[in-house]
Amino acid sequence: MTPAIRVKGTGRKAIINARLLDPAEQTDSTGGILIENSKIIDCGVKVTRDNLPKDCEIIDAAGACLAPGLVDMRAQLRDPGFEHQETIETAGRSAAAGGITTIIALPNTDPVIDDVAGVEFIARRARKVGLAKVFAYGAVSKGIEGGEITEMGLLHQAGAVAFCDGVKTIASARLLRQALSYSTFFDGMIVQHPEEPELSKGAAMNSGELATRLGLSGVSPLAEVMQIERDLRLVEMTGGRLHFAHISTGESVEVIRKAKKRGLKVTCDTAPFYFALNENAVSDYRTFAKLSPPLRSEDDRQAIVAGLADGTIDAIASDHNPQDVDSKRLPFAQAAAGGVGFETLLPITLELYHNGHMSMLDVITKLTTAPAGLVRIKGAGTLEIGTAADLVLFDPDRPWKIDPYQFESKSKNSPFDGRLTQGRVLRTIIDGREVFADPSVAEGA
Amino acid sequence: MSVMGPAADHYPHPHLLGIEGLTPGEITLILDRAQHYAEKNRTADKTSNILAGATVVNLFYENSTRTLTSFELAAKRLGAMVINMTVGTSSVKKGETLIDTAMTLNAMNPDALVVRHGDSGAVKLLSEKVNCAVLNAGDGRHEHPTQALLDALTIRRHKGRLHRLNVAICGDIAHSRVARSNILLLNTMGSRVRLVAPPTLIPSKIDRMGVEIFHDMEEGLKDCDIVMMLRLQLERMEGSFIPSVREYFHFHGLDRAKLANAKPDALIMHPGPMNRGVEIDSEVADDVERSVIREQVEMGVAVRMAALELLVQNHRQAGGQA
Repeated sequence: MTPAIRVKGTGRKAIINARLLDPAEQTDSTGGILIENSKIIDCGVKVTRDNLPKDCEIIDAAGACLAPGLVDMRAQLRDPGFEHQETIETAGRSAAAGGITTIIALPNTDPVIDDVAGVEFIARRARKVGLAKVFAYGAVSKGIEGGEITEMGLLHQAGAVAFCDGVKTIASARLLRQALSYSTFFDGMIVQHPEEPELSKGAAMNSGELATRLGLSGVSPLAEVMQIERDLRLVEMTGGRLHFAHISTGESVEVIRKAKKRGLKVTCDTAPFYFALNENAVSDYRTFAKLSPPLRSEDDRQAIVAGLADGTIDAIASDHNPQDVDSKRLPFAQAAAGGVGFETLLPITLELYHNGHMSMLDVITKLTTAPAGLVRIKGAGTLEIGTAADLVLFDPDRPWKIDPYQFESKSKNSPFDGRLTQGRVLRTIIDGREVFADPSVAEGA
Repeated sequence: MSVMGPAADHYPHPHLLGIEGLTPGEITLILDRAQHYAEKNRTADKTSNILAGATVVNLFYENSTRTLTSFELAAKRLGAMVINMTVGTSSVKKGETLIDTAMTLNAMNPDALVVRHGDSGAVKLLSEKVNCAVLNAGDGRHEHPTQALLDALTIRRHKGRLHRLNVAICGDIAHSRVARSNILLLNTMGSRVRLVAPPTLIPSKIDRMGVEIFHDMEEGLKDCDIVMMLRLQLERMEGSFIPSVREYFHFHGLDRAKLANAKPDALIMHPGPMNRGVEIDSEVADDVERSVIREQVEMGVAVRMAALELLVQNHRQAGGQA
């Protein structure tokens, strides 16, 4: 394995003159960060060139944004089992290029992550690669077959931060009830892919005029909220902690908003696809825009933006799903669903800031503190003194055109192919080590 | 000859993938040329050498006897060489991908590929990977342009026009590419389309395509000029779209009594193959006064001759075997 890391010693390093975004403190101010060994030892306005200790490597951010490294709570690494699409190493490089320092990986690998050995395998491989910190979801059901629950307690102890059945809906009410109920004793979280499975069977896209014109089977957007409504009752019944992944419809936002008001322990996330694109992206049978859940109407897209702005949607995850050419270059109905997302997560999410829907700090919160809090990973997504120096430095304004063939990811299936966007990662730092530097700031540039 | 204006002076597209995107003038151009062949096909001198030296490959991923024969005959009457490739669905899954097959055929430099495929959009995908003319012979539930054109030619021969007609398309709209292509064509030419079917066979938001929707057959057929029946595609149905064939015929099958609601000179059409006693009663299907079902088949050859001629000529002008 080629070492992906440029070890720069373990001495002191300072990043100064940055727009410092601290989501935990909710501050957005000029300042810097001082790193010693792998930890943050100082942070804030007082970290300036004049106040630095001796023998300190200095990076002048020149006004660029400095934030905690992003925490991506939903991604497929396709490793083990589908290494032709992505490996933990290529995923790590891709994440580094996207400013992501912590990844929570879905368990739908081959073999499925449904036992302790699987969780440990992922952790060991990720440590060896030395890029983003990778945590695993444990499967809710053995083999993600929707039958019996896994050894959730042991998985949790081994490091599984939450539980889900990958890209499958936990369809059985009994299974979900048992999982929610059982996991309360260690305060575990269950993540649901909310899509009523019978209604969505065989569907290639969102139902409606476009699906009818294209002659493709559609799934009603109501299939999502229907699943959510049933699951909310199970949360009431069990007192468990349930999180809905990649919410994509306005009805879902509305129902979750009300449930939260009633005090239910439910949370949700969405992915950039669902607030930056609508179903028109699949016109011309564009399989890169075939996603699960499918892209929805423009009204739904706007409702997702509103749900993010008012806090109903807690977090933003990439929903990174690498698929090779042979899985995508097929007639639409046969093509695999999913899009890569690591390297577009930050710039696409920054559109919410550029378009005036959210403040810069709120945008960063949804990508750092919020997901880290949901999966209870301590020391991730924060600038607190004493925590690991996992950081991203980015230029929020730099324009560029998305070209998946420049991606570090092994797969190039981005629905944002060709999109003009703003915001570029300049440096990614993990445990004080620089794991990515944009050519514009790299040494010798 | 039409309120929609004269025929276009040429067909400007490299392929014929669907009715969507065609102008009234382009449709009229194809129909006028097809009318020429329809007349020629009724004489002893049916063949020409307009496409002599051209190679046409019929690539069919779905079983078809009628359409395949029609395309084969059309190409042969124009003097082209024809190869038929019928690929069963199961062997496709085992073997080569659609793109690989397309690339392989493309390497043999055909002038036109006539493609039928079970997936919507598959023919378009294929057309992006080859440099010959591609003619869509039906893709999934998306489009079947030559069927809509042959229907239009049949209607025009009887009614003398394609505008201001009330056309009822009845039956399995949900699974029908024929319905979609016909809606697009008839709307483009200025006729009004109604869809008549049980609610489970009406696709979501199809009213946005500019059609009126009826569930009651007698209401839907009232005063219409054309009754276009569709084949109930039981083989494409997952789950219960209709309770039984018996019930379907009772409410939505075309018989004399229901037909009485249409105009006295209303034409009966069906793209075939018919399920007699399911969507149509034999008595009306075989009524020589009203049914033009056999003429539709005849016009099929003429329309396909016209389409092949226009496409291959375009391809030749664009540099042919480049």
